Amino acid sequence: MWDFIVERREALLYNTFQHANLVVQAVLVATVIAVLLAVLITRVPRLEGPANAISAIGLTIPSFALVSLLLTFFSFGSLPAFIAVAFYAVLPVLRNAVVGLQGVDATLLESARGMGMSEVTTLVRVRLPLAWPVILAGVRVSMQMSMGVAAIAAYVGGPGLGTYILKGLTQIGGANAINYALVGTIGVVVVALLADLVLLLVGRATISKGIRV
Amino acid sequence: MTTDLTKEPERTPAAQEGAAEISGAEIVLEGVVKKYPGQKAAAVESLSLTIPAGEIVMFIGPSGCGKTTSLKMINRLIEPTSGTIRIGGEDIRGQSENELRRNIGYVIQGGSLFPHMTVAKNIALVPKLLGWDAKRISTRVEELLDLVGLDPSRYRDRYPRELSGGQQQRVGVARGLAADPPVILMDEPFGAVDPITRQRLQDELLSIQRELRKTIVCVTHDIDEAIKLGDRILILQEGAQIAQYDTPEVILGAPANEFVEDFVGSGSSLKQLSLTRVSEVELRRPTTATVGEQVAEVKRRAEANGDRSVIVLDSRNRPVGWPWLRQLKGDVVLEPTEDLVNLDQRATLNDALDTMLSSSHGGAVVTGDRDQYLGVVVFDAVTDHIRSLEEQARG
Ligand SMILES: Nc1ncnc2c1ncn2[C@@H]1O[C@H](COP(=O)(O)OP(=O)(O)OP(=O)(O)O)[C@@H](O)[C@H]1O
Ligand SMILES: [Mg+2]
Repeated sequence: MWDFIVERREALLYNTFQHANLVVQAVLVATVIAVLLAVLITRVPRLEGPANAISAIGLTIPSFALVSLLLTFFSFGSLPAFIAVAFYAVLPVLRNAVVGLQGVDATLLESARGMGMSEVTTLVRVRLPLAWPVILAGVRVSMQMSMGVAAIAAYVGGPGLGTYILKGLTQIGGANAINYALVGTIGVVVVALLADLVLLLVGRATISKGIRV
Repeated sequence: MTTDLTKEPERTPAAQEGAAEISGAEIVLEGVVKKYPGQKAAAVESLSLTIPAGEIVMFIGPSGCGKTTSLKMINRLIEPTSGTIRIGGEDIRGQSENELRRNIGYVIQGGSLFPHMTVAKNIALVPKLLGWDAKRISTRVEELLDLVGLDPSRYRDRYPRELSGGQQQRVGVARGLAADPPVILMDEPFGAVDPITRQRLQDELLSIQRELRKTIVCVTHDIDEAIKLGDRILILQEGAQIAQYDTPEVILGAPANEFVEDFVGSGSSLKQLSLTRVSEVELRRPTTATVGEQVAEVKRRAEANGDRSVIVLDSRNRPVGWPWLRQLKGDVVLEPTEDLVNLDQRATLNDALDTMLSSSHGGAVVTGDRDQYLGVVVFDAVTDHIRSLEEQARG
């Protein structure tokens, strides 16, 4: 298998980068969307029920099905792959962001109000920083999950390590089938671990020392 | 500021005039009503009240009588159903809520510090909202930490979780004072700390107030705290009806009705101990030593005075220790490591007894503004004072 990797090292590196790139971008966009939604939900309590239902149901849609569905709208390419990954990535972050924002101590919020902080200032200076550790935990879950979802996106012609897995599966019995599948899978795991490490460091850098556990 | 011991005992607001410039503003409540939606009886049924500028007014009453509601209407955390509130003559609805609140200090139980911000950032919040420049803010933070007895270089960059409960509460007070507001609202500020820390915090508040003369409205559950801190006490009944609103002396001496009597409780001669300030009894001036002084010289002085212990002062004239002569070792007087419990001159005799009982010297060190050393109150002085009170009472 070593020879297999060395022979294809350039293509392999390229695909690994593509895979990481797709996931990171999708998770970033998803995080922004999820936090915005969570802010909205915590301001309008009526939205909370539906939001929880959607994220619960959303996670049960098989990613394969969603990817195929998107295919009918967007045809092949990296766009449906991106949308599919981002869609799933939103859900864990959304759930954590809602929990995190709601978990902010009410007396602290009253204190903020009592000091004359506007709603926006309170959100930016108090609520988000205090909810951030919980939100970030959601981002880590989301990142791990998205690594897998992105692999499936290869089915619609998305870029990344999924292409190797797909090739391996379609060539079952063929000469390099196992190698393709293995390299794809191990690649995904390695990228996932690296991404998690990066998020861990991001947490170190962005979570206030006063609330770090 | 000078500390004039002969003047201090008088507590009537008029007598305090001239002690320091009043920086507070008068608060007037007129027919203020609060009825929460779905409630049958109003939480506050028409409260009318004048809180004079520069005074501490304590709100006290049974649980649920409307203390917190009344307090929060002053900074519009709760909107009154009807009635008007004026601060310094101006209707509080004349400006935006946030503008109003930035000019009113708000201190609640436990300090309610933001855990993700350092002590300095917590204190700097309101000045920042008011757009002060960074230099002015950092000077102000230092000044305030100093004022509440926390060494700025040591505590400025700590997070709230790295502070004790009492220290957090001190920072809470500093934060309330940050933008130098004329009015400060406090809701059971010292409810969450142990009795000794509470006594210290109360002393500090009195010492700060002596310098600043703000208008302070403070809710409490503790009648002794109300007597100690209040220039006036507002005793409320169900629905925030005023049972009595007067100075502690009048409330103790002439309770308006049975409700007040019950509320204040019996044993009023013991309560008198809460009315008398340490500064009203005679202070002893035992031998003192300054950190860094020659031990031999200090011992000579003490022996000449017939003292077996000395009060050690730091370079800023603040008492830091009270060692026996035999505990003084080495060539020069070192900064003691023990934690000396001092009494502010406005601490009550009640507090003094507490502190003395836990001291091996049978006395307690008394301090004035900014912890400046004043002298020592001893057991005999307190018992003498009680005896003279009793004689007065007998006529
Ligand atoms: N947000 C609210 N909605 C409805 N009723 C309320 C609300 N806040 C307070 N009340 C009611 O109004 C009354 C006065 O409450 P308030 O909090 O002012 O009492 P308090 O004197 O501060 O009591 P405590 O000493 O227990 O703090 C109580 O009967 C309380 O149940
Ligand atoms: Mg209350």
